[in-house]
Amino acid sequence: MKREQCKVLIIGAGPGGYVCGIRAGQLGLDTIVVEGEKPGGTCLNVGCIPSKALIHAADEFHKAKTFQADNKLGISLKNPEIDFAKTQKWKDGIVTKLNTGVTGLLKKAKTRLIQGKASIIDGKTVKVATSEGEQIIECEHLVLATGSSPLELPSLPFSDHVISSTEALSLTDVPKDLAIVGGGYIGLEIGTAMAKLGANVTIVEMDQQILPQYDADLVKPVADRLKKLGVTLHLGAKAEGVTTDGALKISTSEGTQEIAADKILVTIGRAPNITGFGVEDLDLKMDGRHIAINDVCATSMRNVFAIGDITGDPMLAHRAMAQGVIVAEHIVGKPSVWDKRAVPAVCFTDPEIVTVGQLPSSEAITAMFPFAANGRAMTMEREDGFVRVVYDADSELVLGLQAVGNGVSELAGEFALAIEMCATLTDIADTIHAHPTLGETVQETAHLALGHALHI
Amino acid sequence: MNILAIKLPDVGEGITQAELVEWNVKVGDFVREDDIIAAVMTDKATVEIPCLYDGTIVQTNGDIGDSLAIGSDLVLIETEAEGISVEPDEVEQSAPEPAIVEEVKTPAPAAEKVVPVVEKQASTPSTSALAMPRAEGAPVLASPAVRARARNSGIDLRLVHGTGPAGRITDADLDQYAQGPSQQNGGASGSGRAKREGTEEIKVIGMRRKIAERMSKANANVPHITVVEEVDVTALEDLRAKLNSERGDKAKLTILPILSAALSRAVYDHPEMNAHYDDEKGVVIRHAPVHIGIATMTDAGLMVPVLRHAEAKGLFEAAQDIQDIADAARTGSANREQLSGSTITISSLGPLGAIVTTPIINLPEVAIVGVNKIAIRPVWEGDQFVPRKMMNISASFDHRIIDGWDAAVFVQKIKSLLETPALIFVEA
Repeated sequence: MKREQCKVLIIGAGPGGYVCGIRAGQLGLDTIVVEGEKPGGTCLNVGCIPSKALIHAADEFHKAKTFQADNKLGISLKNPEIDFAKTQKWKDGIVTKLNTGVTGLLKKAKTRLIQGKASIIDGKTVKVATSEGEQIIECEHLVLATGSSPLELPSLPFSDHVISSTEALSLTDVPKDLAIVGGGYIGLEIGTAMAKLGANVTIVEMDQQILPQYDADLVKPVADRLKKLGVTLHLGAKAEGVTTDGALKISTSEGTQEIAADKILVTIGRAPNITGFGVEDLDLKMDGRHIAINDVCATSMRNVFAIGDITGDPMLAHRAMAQGVIVAEHIVGKPSVWDKRAVPAVCFTDPEIVTVGQLPSSEAITAMFPFAANGRAMTMEREDGFVRVVYDADSELVLGLQAVGNGVSELAGEFALAIEMCATLTDIADTIHAHPTLGETVQETAHLALGHALHI
Repeated sequence: MNILAIKLPDVGEGITQAELVEWNVKVGDFVREDDIIAAVMTDKATVEIPCLYDGTIVQTNGDIGDSLAIGSDLVLIETEAEGISVEPDEVEQSAPEPAIVEEVKTPAPAAEKVVPVVEKQASTPSTSALAMPRAEGAPVLASPAVRARARNSGIDLRLVHGTGPAGRITDADLDQYAQGPSQQNGGASGSGRAKREGTEEIKVIGMRRKIAERMSKANANVPHITVVEEVDVTALEDLRAKLNSERGDKAKLTILPILSAALSRAVYDHPEMNAHYDDEKGVVIRHAPVHIGIATMTDAGLMVPVLRHAEAKGLFEAAQDIQDIADAARTGSANREQLSGSTITISSLGPLGAIVTTPIINLPEVAIVGVNKIAIRPVWEGDQFVPRKMMNISASFDHRIIDGWDAAVFVQKIKSLLETPALIFVEA
């Protein structure tokens, strides 16, 4: 059996693993990344990237369809069609390009990528089943970056008919009737895209609100838009199972009901991948269902680190990337620690939602500025939504920034920068924001909070 | 209602002023007869001043550390007691009026009302030195670049005062912190231990001031000559052990009573050492009695209680007396007689006695004998080293009166007595 040795061994080439691999390589550490699938993880292969590609395609097609009717822009278009197989091919092209990109970046950093399924023998030894047979890798530092998988509902086991987000993103045909269980951001993103592509979408959510982690103000523009798109919402509803003809059975306070479905998409959350490859034998300290880590992502076992979705919420690619950098730098002895003030979160719904830092609470003071008063929003025919700041009244310190609106995902950077820099309202109000942009609204929100909004 | 003065009583024979060391009352306090209103310090005794009436304090004169004239008004008190009223504003503490209080109750005699000095100022550290840069639980605000720099420099940002908006820690704050300014709570070094900053001011008052004055005077005015000699105390220690083994449960002998006996014997042959030098009058007064001052450490500072008539005391009697006067000094209950009148002094630091000390003469005496610690050292005896119990004596003399030769002879005399302790008890 082939044996190899290295300084750092990373299991999983998702956003956490491959970034850790690149940084470790940059720092001169002899590093191996083991990946059973294509590099890039859920995010690049079956998550963020493909979903964004499909959302874009759906938006474009939906826009084209709206031009069939009379419109303010005076554009007329007859019978636009979409070759969805071609759309998927385009999407796959992007994914492949990025797969290759990740491989190239690892190579550039002199980090070896080994394709194969890893199983942990002990905290310093990992067996990898590659296409050329098994090999043993011995390492000084082990980094677990194995990610997460879609959660299954016991009443709705995955099948050809009951699918997860992974399958939903590679459907070759747009289903006529799509029932979605789970009104979180993954279900809403795919559901909105499918609705725009022509599917008859029904969303079933147990909570009394879609996107239950956000407040009603942030969610309302999204709910309004879903309604306009003809998406049916069942709130406070529980999925009970599938009927023989494939319909989704649900129960609400008003009784049970069947929802016709060509496909049933289950998006009730994701579970960390911590079984099936020997990590349970390490007997690591757990934090609920996640692996417990400290501020340098070290687990309870010496020289074993964990990053990304296996370490808990929020299960976001950029959090895993930041953790990967910290681990690599920690291994070479740099004083890096997790000291982030916020992890931004974006929902690519329509309109988009972005949140960074503290959400409104009974103690926090907020100010909200609507896109209806923003020139750029008007020119894009999207005046729905707002920017909101949560701040400390005494010090003017900005504690949180949120926005809901078309294209606001691009405000995530400014929001996160403001929070990490410990910006005050005056810092934002006194920074010139280019006109005409949606970003001006951020400056106006700060002015509003300071009591001297200019454009409202 | 009358406003009556309570005057600073005569707290010691022949004393004209006393140092205020403690206020127990402030203006507005209601006090009762015999409540303690203040403490003053004279010579080496601290005296509490009791209140003479029930009433309300309307004026206090003098601050801690001030010297007050005996007979001056210490406080004015508004009381229903009979007396000649005074106007608070008219009273000047530096110019005491004639006695104005009728039925003056004799203040407690100084010697009976001795309390230990409490130097309260010493226990109050400067608060600014301990101030934390922000309230507990308040967020530590710094940009990622500042945080990175702090990490790389090993600075704990929680300790850094932020001057930016909303208390944000700036690059400049880090610079200032690294330089260790007084307003910061110390800088971090590679060891991970914070530097300490700030100072603590301790007012030198009372006993400490007295000690300081006396030491300065002795050291500045008296040219000291110090002679150090080593003494083989093996025989002396054997004797002491023998005596102690027969004492049963009774108090054991320390080396001090034996040393006192040796000194008494030595000054019999060297009366010039048991003397006071009054340099203003140009007179040396040789004393017939041997009153040995025993330098004693107390919580309040150095005190020198006196073993009187050491020449007439048996060993165990001296041991008991030394014990008694030292205890009295330490508890602050020593009277004037126990604290004054020594003719020669012994200074011993016991087990901390070091190898050599340079004792400072207890004015107006002319000699002080310091004893250093006993240690077993190898001593060459003819053809071999033998372990002997050795002790140094470090004796200082007033070189104006005592010549080096005489000093050396005196020290040799003490050495001879201590090495052959039987000689101590041979009649002169």
